Amino acid sequence: MSTTDSSFLRPRLLGRATVNVVVAVSVLYTLLPVLWLVLAASKNRDALFSSDLLSVGGFSPVRNLQDLFAMDGGLYSRWYLNSLLYAVLGAAVGALLSVACGYAFDKYRFQHKEKLFGLVLAAVMVPQTVLALPLYLMASEAGLVNTFWAVFIPVLFNPFGVYLGRIFSRGYVPDEVLEAARVDGAGELTTYVRVSLRMLGPGLVTVFLFQLTAIWNNFFLPMVMLSDQDLYPVSLGLYQWNSSASVSPEYYSVVIMGSLLAVLPLILAFVLLQRFWRSGLTAGAVK
Amino acid sequence: MTTTAQPRVPTDTSRVGDPALSPAGRRARRTAGRRRFGAVVVLMGPFFVLLTTVFLIPVGTAVYLSFYSDDQPGLGFGPENTVFVGLRSYAAVLSDPTFLGGLGTVALYCLIYIPLMVVGALVLALLLDSGVVRLRAVAQLGLFLPHAVPGLIAALIWLYLYTPGISPIIDLFARADITIDFLGIHAVIPSIVNIALWSNLGYNMVVFYAALQAVPREVIEASVVDGAGPVRTALQVKTPLVRASIVMVAIFTLIWALQLFTEPMLLSQSSPMISSRFSPSMYIYDAAFTRNNYSLAAAASVVLLVCTITLSYGVTRFTSRADAEEAR
Repeated sequence: MSTTDSSFLRPRLLGRATVNVVVAVSVLYTLLPVLWLVLAASKNRDALFSSDLLSVGGFSPVRNLQDLFAMDGGLYSRWYLNSLLYAVLGAAVGALLSVACGYAFDKYRFQHKEKLFGLVLAAVMVPQTVLALPLYLMASEAGLVNTFWAVFIPVLFNPFGVYLGRIFSRGYVPDEVLEAARVDGAGELTTYVRVSLRMLGPGLVTVFLFQLTAIWNNFFLPMVMLSDQDLYPVSLGLYQWNSSASVSPEYYSVVIMGSLLAVLPLILAFVLLQRFWRSGLTAGAVK
Repeated sequence: MTTTAQPRVPTDTSRVGDPALSPAGRRARRTAGRRRFGAVVVLMGPFFVLLTTVFLIPVGTAVYLSFYSDDQPGLGFGPENTVFVGLRSYAAVLSDPTFLGGLGTVALYCLIYIPLMVVGALVLALLLDSGVVRLRAVAQLGLFLPHAVPGLIAALIWLYLYTPGISPIIDLFARADITIDFLGIHAVIPSIVNIALWSNLGYNMVVFYAALQAVPREVIEASVVDGAGPVRTALQVKTPLVRASIVMVAIFTLIWALQLFTEPMLLSQSSPMISSRFSPSMYIYDAAFTRNNYSLAAAASVVLLVCTITLSYGVTRFTSRADAEEAR
C-alpha cells in the first residue's frame, strides 16, 4: 500500500480537502441508490408512494417479504432457485473448463497455438445479441427451447476465463513443477488435477466469480429462450413483474423487495471471496 | 490485450529424431509426446466443443441467414423455400431509418458514456492512490458495491428514482420548483448513461487502482525529487504507466456499450421516448422475435458485429500507434 506517499507528497491542506470531498461525493453517488432500495423495500406501499422515505412510520419489512413470496403462487422462490442453479453451477463448470483450457495454452506447445488463442480472444469481442437468434434457432432444432439447457449451455462459454487462465497459469504454476512431476513418472492429467489445479486455486475462484456475476446478470438470453415462467431467472421474472406494475401497482413493493434480495448473493460472494478476486483483477489489469 | 508473439515451434519438439538417443530413449520420448498431446486434447477439448457450438456455428449461421430468406416467413407449414437473396437484407437494414436511428443513439451514448467512465474511474483511482484519502478501504468498498447489483436491478432502481411519485430525487427538485423529466426526450440518453456509469464506475476504478499499485515506487519518488507536484505526478508519470489498463477498460466498455439492451428495454416499459427499436440490439430482438424476420435480424447482427470489431480494432491500432510515436 502506498501510505509512504503521504510523507513526501504532502499537498496543501486545501487540495487534501478537495480530494476527500470528491471521493466522498462519489461514494454517496454509488451508495445512496442502494440505501434507497433498502429503505423502499422495508416501507409499505403508502409510504413508498408518498416519497417520504425518511419518515419514521410506515415500516413493514416482514409484510413485504411475505407478499413477495406469496405473489403469483410463490414464483419468486422458484426464480431465485433457478438463478442460483444457473449461476453457481454454470460458473463452477464454466470456470473449470476455461481454466483447464488456459492452462493448456500456457504449458503445452502445439501447432497454430497462437492462432487458436486469437480465436478465443476474438470471441470475447462478439456481442451476445449477435449470437442470440442463431442460438435460438439451434436450440429449437434440438428441441431445447424453453428448457433449462437452453440457458445453461451457452452461459458456460467464457473466453475471457481462458485468457485469465493462461495468465494465472503462467504466474502461479512454475514449469519446473511440471518437469519434476514428469521425472517422477506422473501422468500429465494426474499432475494437472493433483498439483497444478491446487496452485491455480485463487485464479479459478476469480474466474468463477467473474462468471457468477455475468450469469446472475444474464437477461437477454433467458428472455429469448424461455417462455415458461417456472424456468425464469430472477432478472427476467422481475422484468415481467415490473411490466405488470403499471397496471396493478401492488407489484411495485414486491419488485423492490425482490430486487433487494437478488442483490444479496453477489455481495455475499464478493465479501467471502475477497482476497481471491483482488489478485485476479491485478492479473487482468497489469497485463 | 495483446498476446506476446511466441516463436513458431513444430508440433512437439520431442518427436524430432535425435541421433544421440538410443532407440529405447526415442521410444520413451515418443510416448511422452503422445501422452502430452492426449492431455492437451482432454484439457482443451471441452472448451473448444463449447466454442464451436455456442460461438462459431452461431456466427456462421448469422452470416448465412443474412444472405438467405424464407419465401413465406411466419408460416410453419408447406414447403420451405429458402432462397439466396444476396445483399437484399443488408440493403433493407441499412436503409431502415429505425436501424440507423438506433446506431446514432448508440453512437451518442458511447460518446457521452465512454469518456465519462474512463476519466471518472481513472481520476478516482488516482485520488485513492495519492494517499491523502481518509478511510480508503471504506471508500473503495462503497464505490465497488454497485458492481454486485445485477444490470437489470440497477436499471430497476434508477427507473424508480426517475419515476415521479416514487422518486425522492424528483421530490427534492420539486421542492426547489424545478420539474425534471428524466425519461423525457432530452434526458433519456443521459439517464441511461447514468445507470451504466453507476453500475461500472467502481469496478473500473478497482482495475485502475490495482494497476497503479503495480507502478514502482522509485519512479514516483524520482518524479517528486525532480520537483513534480502530486497532480503532475498523477497525470504525467502514473497515468502513462497504466496505459495498458486504460486501453483494456476502454475496449471492454466500448464492447458492452455497443450491446446496449437491458437498460432501455426496462425503461421502455415506462417511457414512450424509447421505442422497441431504440438500439441495434433491441432492433435485432424486435426483428427476430416480434416480426419473425430472421434474415433482417441476422443482417442487423452482422452489421453490429462488424461495427464492434472495427471499433475495437481501431482503438487498439490507435493506441499502439500513439505508443510507437511516443517511443520515437
